Amino acid sequence: MRSPKLLRHAWAVASKDLLVEFRSRTAILSAAVFVVLVLVVFNFGRDPTAISNVDLAPSILWVTFTFAAILALNRAFQLELENQALDGLLLAPIERSSIYLGKLIANLVFVAGVELIGLPLFALFFNVPVLPYLLPLIALIALATVGFVAVGTLFSAMTVRTRFAELLLPVLLLPFMIPPLSWAVLATGRLFAGRPLSEIAGWLNMLAVYDIVFVTLALLLFPATVNE
Amino acid sequence: MLRAEGLRHSFGAVRALDDVSFSVQPGQTLAVFGPNGAGKTTLLKVLAGLIQPQRGRAQVDGGRRAIGWIGHQPQLYGQLTVRENLRFWASLYNVPESEFLLRKDSLLVRLGLQDHEHRRVSELSRGLVQRAAIARALIHDPRVLLLDEPFTGLDRMAAEELRELLSEDAAEGRASVLVTHNVDEGAALSTHIAFMRAGRFAHFAPRAGRGPEQVGEDYRNAIA
Amino acid sequence: MKMLRVGRWITAVGLVLLAGVYVRALAFTSIEQSQGLAQKIFYLHVPAAIWAEMAMILVGLSSVFYLFTKDPRLDRFAASSAEVGTIFCAIVLTTGPVWGKPIWGTWWTWDARLTFTLFLFLLYVGYLLLRSAVPDPAMRAQYAAVLGICGMCEVPFIHLSVYMFPTLHPMPIVLQPGRPKLPGDMLTTWLLSLGVFTLLYVGFVVQRYALSYLREQLEAVGEVGGGHA
Repeated sequence: MRSPKLLRHAWAVASKDLLVEFRSRTAILSAAVFVVLVLVVFNFGRDPTAISNVDLAPSILWVTFTFAAILALNRAFQLELENQALDGLLLAPIERSSIYLGKLIANLVFVAGVELIGLPLFALFFNVPVLPYLLPLIALIALATVGFVAVGTLFSAMTVRTRFAELLLPVLLLPFMIPPLSWAVLATGRLFAGRPLSEIAGWLNMLAVYDIVFVTLALLLFPATVNE
Repeated sequence: MLRAEGLRHSFGAVRALDDVSFSVQPGQTLAVFGPNGAGKTTLLKVLAGLIQPQRGRAQVDGGRRAIGWIGHQPQLYGQLTVRENLRFWASLYNVPESEFLLRKDSLLVRLGLQDHEHRRVSELSRGLVQRAAIARALIHDPRVLLLDEPFTGLDRMAAEELRELLSEDAAEGRASVLVTHNVDEGAALSTHIAFMRAGRFAHFAPRAGRGPEQVGEDYRNAIA
Repeated sequence: MKMLRVGRWITAVGLVLLAGVYVRALAFTSIEQSQGLAQKIFYLHVPAAIWAEMAMILVGLSSVFYLFTKDPRLDRFAASSAEVGTIFCAIVLTTGPVWGKPIWGTWWTWDARLTFTLFLFLLYVGYLLLRSAVPDPAMRAQYAAVLGICGMCEVPFIHLSVYMFPTLHPMPIVLQPGRPKLPGDMLTTWLLSLGVFTLLYVGFVVQRYALSYLREQLEAVGEVGGGHA
């Protein structure tokens, strides 16, 4: 049966990535430090009397998450390049898509880890009541994250072999991040303002559609990025 | 076991493969000699399924599952231990756990790696890494071996071990294609010899007991 | 080279006609009530915007076909269309503020159509940067095709996002369900302009394609080093 094997192999790739990451720990630490730094800088940069917290908060939250995510995205295929293992993955009797899926899962776990650190800190520094809206907020964060990590993982497979990889990836990714990000920011703003859930349902739907379209597209296009 | 028919492949204006056809039966080892740029690595990549040839077909019985590759790249993850690396690659080849454990132990012993099983690959010396790479290639018991200059960088003990492994494999019915510059190694291990030049086989025949010096001379005559 | 000459002729005709359209717009078309003389930029601005978007769709479509057929002509077309699309985006992004300043009082506003064109411009820039970052032609065509397809699929989503923002932009007058609300002579001028921009798109793409092909021939002989198609 093809499906379970696809998932099993994807899971093998993902857990290998996470194990390697866990052993070296540099990327998660850099991302965590980065998140703290950005939040602190934003805090000092604003005038508490001028703009209300709730207005600016969603943008700050999402800028922080996306920058941290971009830092993370490079490591996925950089890992294979460094260890010269990509050919090995391509030689193995696995579907190309399971390589993509595995990388996607590993990236998502990684970014989720960063978000897990960032969200409480954010709530703390900016005095934003997050707990009452925790569940919808998590749904929002999850859907938006899948959106840009899916595209980012696909693009990183290509940029990793170019000269200015770390610079090129964000440039390519920017226009693709704008729709999910703008929806997420708007919806988060509504949430923090205490609006009823029905108002953000529309955005959640759009994010879900975006995710489905681009994960499917990435799965279909990924083989073109690694085949000769 | 392994068959190539009318392979043609170009990279832009460069003809890497120009109508290559041959077959290798179980138990046979084909050594391919040739100057740089003759298309030897491209040939191996086409056989492995890494490159789709523009014309012609390459067929390996058993598909990618049956292929083991030993080349320049160790394809091992530095931050993982030898054992973890072997486990990862074995899982991609759907090797059942029990089979994995047996083969891992036997390979590690044969390659002198038992003491290093739980050490991270990044901590190993170059020679040990090469040996671990051989273990990785063989962990799934491939029926076909593709070797791209496998003796480069191997220390003497490892080279000896590899040579023994290859002869045993051939005895067990494995088919191998060995690309090498080293006429001695190639001649000693092979059952068939091919000289490759500008994407074509200038010579393809059974070795028929010819020793390294004779093979070397044949090569010079064919290529010159 | 024949194709280059054809392309140049088409472009030349297009440019002449463009001047013609503009004369008509300035001298022979009525002035719009609320916006005054500055509204005339609309005849340049909107058709350019339409073709900027169409060019991206065409990049995407030819990329899809490229991945199936691996025909380098499709890749060359995609690259040419992308470059022309970028130029048209630039036209929109410059004429927009020129139109906006007298009417709205600011050079830039985050309104729907301008913002959309900005994001489209970013898509194009990314595409062209990726092409220039990959030296190997086969890999470059492959990667560009992947990005082109993603770009084409992104366009509807960018539409969705920008139309969420409150907008200063005049709502679509021409492309509306039901009859266009534009008075007769303005509609004619607008349609003429759209036709001219179509001609310009074709002319520019043909020229760019021909140049691309010539360059590849030269590279094959070894006279031009590096570069990108």
